[in-house]
Amino acid sequence: MEQKTVIKAENVSMCFTLASEKFDNFKDYVIKMIKKQVSYDEFWALSDVSFEVKQGDSLGLIGLNGSGKSTMLKTIAGVLKPTKGTVVIDGTVAPLIELGAGFDADLTAEENVYLNGALLGYDRKQMEAAYQDIVEFSELQEFMHTPVKNFSSGMVSRLAFAIATIGTPDILICDEVLSVGDFHFQEKCEQRIQRMIDAGTTILFVSHSIQQVKKICNKIVWLDHGHVKMQGDAEAVCEQYSHS
Amino acid sequence: MSGYIQNFLKFRPLLNELVSRDIKIKYRRSVLGVLWTLLNPLFMMLILSFVFSNLFKFNIDNFPLYVLSGQVIFNFFSESTTNAMSAIIGSSSLIKKIYVPKYLFVISRVVSSFINLLAAFTALLAVMIFTRAELHWTMLLVPIPLVLLVVFSTGVGLFLSAITVQFRDVMHLYGVFTTALMYLTPVIYPLSLLPDTVKFIVMLNPLTNYLSMFRDVMLNNNLPSLLGVVVGLVEAIIVMVIGLYVFYKKQDTFILNL
Repeated sequence: MEQKTVIKAENVSMCFTLASEKFDNFKDYVIKMIKKQVSYDEFWALSDVSFEVKQGDSLGLIGLNGSGKSTMLKTIAGVLKPTKGTVVIDGTVAPLIELGAGFDADLTAEENVYLNGALLGYDRKQMEAAYQDIVEFSELQEFMHTPVKNFSSGMVSRLAFAIATIGTPDILICDEVLSVGDFHFQEKCEQRIQRMIDAGTTILFVSHSIQQVKKICNKIVWLDHGHVKMQGDAEAVCEQYSHS
Repeated sequence: MSGYIQNFLKFRPLLNELVSRDIKIKYRRSVLGVLWTLLNPLFMMLILSFVFSNLFKFNIDNFPLYVLSGQVIFNFFSESTTNAMSAIIGSSSLIKKIYVPKYLFVISRVVSSFINLLAAFTALLAVMIFTRAELHWTMLLVPIPLVLLVVFSTGVGLFLSAITVQFRDVMHLYGVFTTALMYLTPVIYPLSLLPDTVKFIVMLNPLTNYLSMFRDVMLNNNLPSLLGVVVGLVEAIIVMVIGLYVFYKKQDTFILNL
């Protein structure tokens, strides 16, 4: 059976304009405009990146710092619009980009569960159904009525991971999230991701740990300064990557 | 278009959560909690009516009601637009990381302000009953000025929030602007007191129109004039369209300027 393509990135380029000076205020802007001194330096974080991901695949993005991995994930998550090219997504996307980004420090963990769920597009009923599971997975039973500002960073990421992985999204985006928590929790997370892969979820995975990538992904795209250096099966690309 | 509607429906629960967060955070750790939304306008009314009925004598019967009704309307406008202005900047950590329709942050601020408006409105009703003011049937028409005002304020809020991302100056400037605007709206003084030139300027202020409509139905037992409603509607729609347009054009660049 032909697998359907769930993510299709075509010639994606992302350009950031680094204003040589930053204007936060109107006066400067107008003065510079009049003098025609508004100059920008261009920075291409991604240039001409194309790849496809089929349903059920798990794609790893590897590369050094600043190679454009996170930018790529952000364009797929819909946070950034690519300057050129298109990203076509077929299905629901659950982003795990930075754990705890959606938390409000003053609200309790319980209230944050609902707030965060809503950010991911779940309504209250769905969250109520998933609530028990979230509490159990994050192992925070005693702390659900504590404001999140009193949480340790490990607790925050446990809670966030538990919320982000409820249900079975079509596409799960993980950016360096498994590096949090103790190894016991990391293992639990990996198991959960594995279970999602088995259930047919497509995974997009970014990590600097080549072992993790090997363990989870079957396809890899290797980015280098915004260009695709190599893509293909996990084994082959990892081989090359570790020798570079 | 249907895509937009679908997207909105998907994120509708988020609107509820954002509004309830705004309200919860605002009154957390205060003993009287939500009661403050009721008490604040009442205290302001007491101060203003004390000052103005002793220092300056305006020829208005039931001055406390006059001031309070003016405050209810003006405070909603200034609160909702001021809050909406910082909506995008305040949610920057979220906007940078996950996809959410960004206008929701602005709308949620306006909705929370509207809930405050309802509380203040209850205070107004309480004062009306307490001072034995006549309650008229025209009161049932009060949704007309309120809806127009909400649309108008949302438009202004969308516009401000988009502009503020690029130029933070707007935040500082707007405080001054609202103070000036308050004196250009007949919140405290009666319109009849003004010399013709000033009156002309005050009449140009869209809030004057909404406020007099509100007072007409609430206090004066008058039907709102057709001309007033039409002008108010046109102003609200124009401002809303401009707000939406600017917001829509700018929203993809927010992330680069946050």
